[in-house]
Amino acid sequence: MGGRLKIALLLAPALVVIGILFAGGLVSAVVQSVGYMPAIGQTRVSLDAYREVLSGGDFLDSFLLTVYIAGVSTAVSTVLAVLAAMTLRRSSGRLSAVVFQLPITIPHLLAAVGIALVVSQTGLGARLAAALGLIGQPREFPALLYDRYSAGIILTYVWKEVPFVALVVLAALRGVAGELEDVARTLGANTWQRFWYVVFPVTSPGIVAASLLVFAFTFGAFEVPYLLGRTYPTILPVMAYNEYKDVELSARPVAMAINVLISLFTAIFAALYLRLARDLGRG
Amino acid sequence: MGKKRSNAGLLVVTVLVALPFVPLFLWAFAGEWRFPDLLPTEWSLRGVASVMEPGGRVLGATLNSLLIGMAVAVASVAAGTPVGMALGGYEWRFKGAVIFFVLLPILVPPLASTMGVHLTFIRLGLADTAFGVFLVHLVPTVPYTAIIMTSIFAERTGEAEEAARTLGANPWQTFVHVTLPEVVPGVAVAGLFAFLISWGQYVLTILIGGGNVVTLPMLLFSAASGNDPVITSSLAIVFALPAVLALVVALHFLRSSERDGGNGFVGLGKVS
Repeated sequence: MGGRLKIALLLAPALVVIGILFAGGLVSAVVQSVGYMPAIGQTRVSLDAYREVLSGGDFLDSFLLTVYIAGVSTAVSTVLAVLAAMTLRRSSGRLSAVVFQLPITIPHLLAAVGIALVVSQTGLGARLAAALGLIGQPREFPALLYDRYSAGIILTYVWKEVPFVALVVLAALRGVAGELEDVARTLGANTWQRFWYVVFPVTSPGIVAASLLVFAFTFGAFEVPYLLGRTYPTILPVMAYNEYKDVELSARPVAMAINVLISLFTAIFAALYLRLARDLGRG
Repeated sequence: MGKKRSNAGLLVVTVLVALPFVPLFLWAFAGEWRFPDLLPTEWSLRGVASVMEPGGRVLGATLNSLLIGMAVAVASVAAGTPVGMALGGYEWRFKGAVIFFVLLPILVPPLASTMGVHLTFIRLGLADTAFGVFLVHLVPTVPYTAIIMTSIFAERTGEAEEAARTLGANPWQTFVHVTLPEVVPGVAVAGLFAFLISWGQYVLTILIGGGNVVTLPMLLFSAASGNDPVITSSLAIVFALPAVLALVVALHFLRSSERDGGNGFVGLGKVS
């Protein structure tokens, strides 16, 4: 069997699945976003949907909210993950692996339900605050769900993503960074010098790559903000979904236009991530 | 920076990880739990009964989730393993482009492609069917299995296969008796994660299933939007079971193949 043919056959099943269901779906989304839907008798091609989306204030509000939630979730997760990894690097590998794996395997929806029962105004947190005499009534506890700061959403993402980033950092710390740090220690570097000149430069590409993944994911994710977010503004994927669910078929191109914009935005992050991952593989 | 601080840190992390499960377990068995009581003042099995109800919605939805998840796991492994072989085991042209293409559905949310493909699914009669839901679940799962299998095949040197070939085994025998046994743990982990991703899907299922294909996340979502934490928490615990079981099994497999709990999982932060 020829080498090339063999590779082609090995790739075929997955490429068919991704090619038809994902790439085909995206192409179809683009086609529908310009208003071409022969099934309902629309064949005029126009950029009206994009004009409508980009000129309205709703899209900007949603975009800013999405960037805010994804940005804050990513930043907080990354900082906490580095701190956790630095603290846990000398503890039992197996135990910390189990503790970190659990949030990674738990579905986002479940995490959102659990976090909501902790941080709601009658939740575990409010009850603890009441037991400590900090509050008397549920409404005195800060509103962390359906709030303007999206606290519940961000907390859920942080709970889910810190372990993921921490595992990436831990793997780096237990590998070459640890060895180099020992060398630096032997050469007389203090804790701060070891972190700044050795650990940080060695682990930062991996951390940046993991953060990019988290950002791209939280930017495009649907469930958590749909459950714990306000009705307006919503994040972009929820906005697209709401437009799509609209009974008016004329809303379809608008939904698809939002989808196309989300895809373009996340594709940029995908390219950045893959570039970084490739450079990492070489280094 | 000693072991003591490390262990204290681990304790803090463990508490934070466990925190969301505490109210879930308490509510699931609560009869009466008013604010500001720290613990339920009465216990009840109402939540358990709602989940176990014979012929009830929960059992049906659980069965749907299980069947779709298992079918997705099998299909994803079948499609992802050969990709892993090609990407991890061989060098060839355009590999970078193929990696980009395979990873794209992980980074670009499958919501857009699923809405795009919906019209075609309606035309083909796949909308509102479990088979249609199974198909769109493959979009996020096939890339994951492909990545896991790539890392498994990349670690192999091919020396064992070469030895088998030298001793007169044909390619098929080599694959079945040498390659396959060595990659089985990786295949199991990849299948488990494909199952979990499918198990946790909400929006793809509701888009293509249109409410006709009821899986556990649908029930959990409508319960969570309502106002009965007892039912919500009972459902949530059922929903959590496969993830916990899978974790135990996956860690066991990883141990037996002497991987350090890290690499096989990295990249899986988005199981949702």
